[in-house]
Amino acid sequence: MTLAVSLRHNLGAFTLQVNFESSGRVTALFGPSGSGKTSIINAIAGLTRPQHGYVVVDGRVLVDTAKRVFVPRHRRRIGYVFQDARLFPHMTVRQNLGYGRFFAPRAERYADEAMVIDLLGIGQLLDRRPDKLSGGEKQRVAIGRALVASPGLILMDEPLASLDEARKAEILPYIERLRDEVRVPIVYVSHSVAEVARLATEVVLLAAGRVAACGPTAEIMQRLDLLFDDEIGEGGALLEMLVDRHDEAFGMTVLISAAGEIRVPRIQALPGVPVRLRIRARDVMIATHRPEGLSALNVLAGRIVGMVTEGGPVVDIRVDCNGQTILARLTRQSTHTLGLSLGQEVYAVVKTVSFDRTNMAKA
Amino acid sequence: MTGWLDLTPDEWNAVRLSIKVAIWAMLGSLPLGVLVALVLARGRFWGKSILNGLVHLPLVLPPVVTGYLLLLGFGKRGPIGAFLAEHFGIVFSFRWTGAALACAVMGFPLMVRAIRLSIEAVDRKLEAAAGTLGANPLWVFATITLPLALPGVIAGMILSFAKAMGEFGATITFVANIPGETQTLPSAIYTYTQVPGGDPMVLRLMSISIVISMMALVVSEALARRVGRRMDLE
Repeated sequence: MTLAVSLRHNLGAFTLQVNFESSGRVTALFGPSGSGKTSIINAIAGLTRPQHGYVVVDGRVLVDTAKRVFVPRHRRRIGYVFQDARLFPHMTVRQNLGYGRFFAPRAERYADEAMVIDLLGIGQLLDRRPDKLSGGEKQRVAIGRALVASPGLILMDEPLASLDEARKAEILPYIERLRDEVRVPIVYVSHSVAEVARLATEVVLLAAGRVAACGPTAEIMQRLDLLFDDEIGEGGALLEMLVDRHDEAFGMTVLISAAGEIRVPRIQALPGVPVRLRIRARDVMIATHRPEGLSALNVLAGRIVGMVTEGGPVVDIRVDCNGQTILARLTRQSTHTLGLSLGQEVYAVVKTVSFDRTNMAKA
Repeated sequence: MTGWLDLTPDEWNAVRLSIKVAIWAMLGSLPLGVLVALVLARGRFWGKSILNGLVHLPLVLPPVVTGYLLLLGFGKRGPIGAFLAEHFGIVFSFRWTGAALACAVMGFPLMVRAIRLSIEAVDRKLEAAAGTLGANPLWVFATITLPLALPGVIAGMILSFAKAMGEFGATITFVANIPGETQTLPSAIYTYTQVPGGDPMVLRLMSISIVISMMALVVSEALARRVGRRMDLE
């Protein structure tokens, strides 16, 4: 799937002016509220008509204001999972699911209802009305409804934003199955680093109606200078690792990559399974000698390849650990006391407890 | 004494005719009523307030004026009436069909108003969602907008029916007061009030009129409740 978007749209005092391309399996539109994320996917879905620009999905021109092309929303074959689910209140779950089925040309139907019901675990909800569903169940049905229409692309507008943490954790695996098993391309709008780091392959970082950065997720997540205030503490490195073995005696799992070993609380995955690990920059300490007598289990040797400060009290330090980058956020004072400098050999210390399940995802 | 509700053939005719006229007025104006309500609720076009005014005109005009306008337009020599009679054999003047037309026109503002309000209350976000699933605008209307607006549609139909049961001024002006053809319940009641010794007949017909109106209300309440429960909207 390739997606090319170029839009210019004035909405009162707010101007949306964006230009990006993505061919990721999951492209995250990522930014603080009011940065224009929803405006972009509304233009992709055909819910709004942009003043200037184009939207091209897989070579198919959906909008081109210069050529006066505007494909109406019902002919775009783009699924949309709304933040507020928007299930039809006068229909049962089963009727909601089936709504879009027959609009898809027979040859292009890849999703049948039984598969979707099984994938999303909504078999016991079929005869209920939407108002008898919990928030998480509603979102699962909404995802299923979009999928049954066999769309070429699914847009998700902060589908987890209105849910509590437990419900979020309930839904995330289903979106991963959509990505990994159904392999339908997804554009995922979010303002949460945790969700983006877990789901996205590509990130378009938005700020005030413009694209601040665009690229592979691991690369963007390290750009703490670009992250917005609410989420800056969540920024950090993404490491692609493999499950090596389980340490049953202590209830731990050992992950490996070129950077070395990292121990995390026991996860449910067979050895050899790839996982993606997010290590927040604020959870990393730097030592100039291999530390001893320390409770932290994970110590990775590396070399400082970047030091960025914006003049405030903090410095962001990039440590290259045998090809994988770890990010540490230290105070300027500590940096000075330790005498850190570019190219120096150091040890990155990561506390085991700083891994939680939402920070890990099957890569 | 046989029951005081034993009606004379003329009285029965008036009751039957009234119900027939009211049902035809209600059903006949329904498609146009839904269409106009939709246009007023959702359309944005020049002349919308003029259309709105036209629809509401029968509500504010003296019924006699509306009746006379119908006579001018749909009478034997009226432009529309002559055209319809010549090409389709549809005659309104001094027929029960004319009574139905007059009742439909008089009830139209009430019907449109109820349907319009319920269409305006339908969440447009649901319509957008249906669109992204592949439904074209007509299908969205039929499967999302109309079912969600159904309580209002039912209310509009009942209002139109009740108005038709009570319509007097426009009907009598347009199609006169011919027993068996255009003499509806109100016309019959009016006739008996003009006859010496007509009081018992007036009372009987009045009771029937009250019973029918109450039944219409009860049925509409029950329907609305059922629709509401079906959609779990209470």
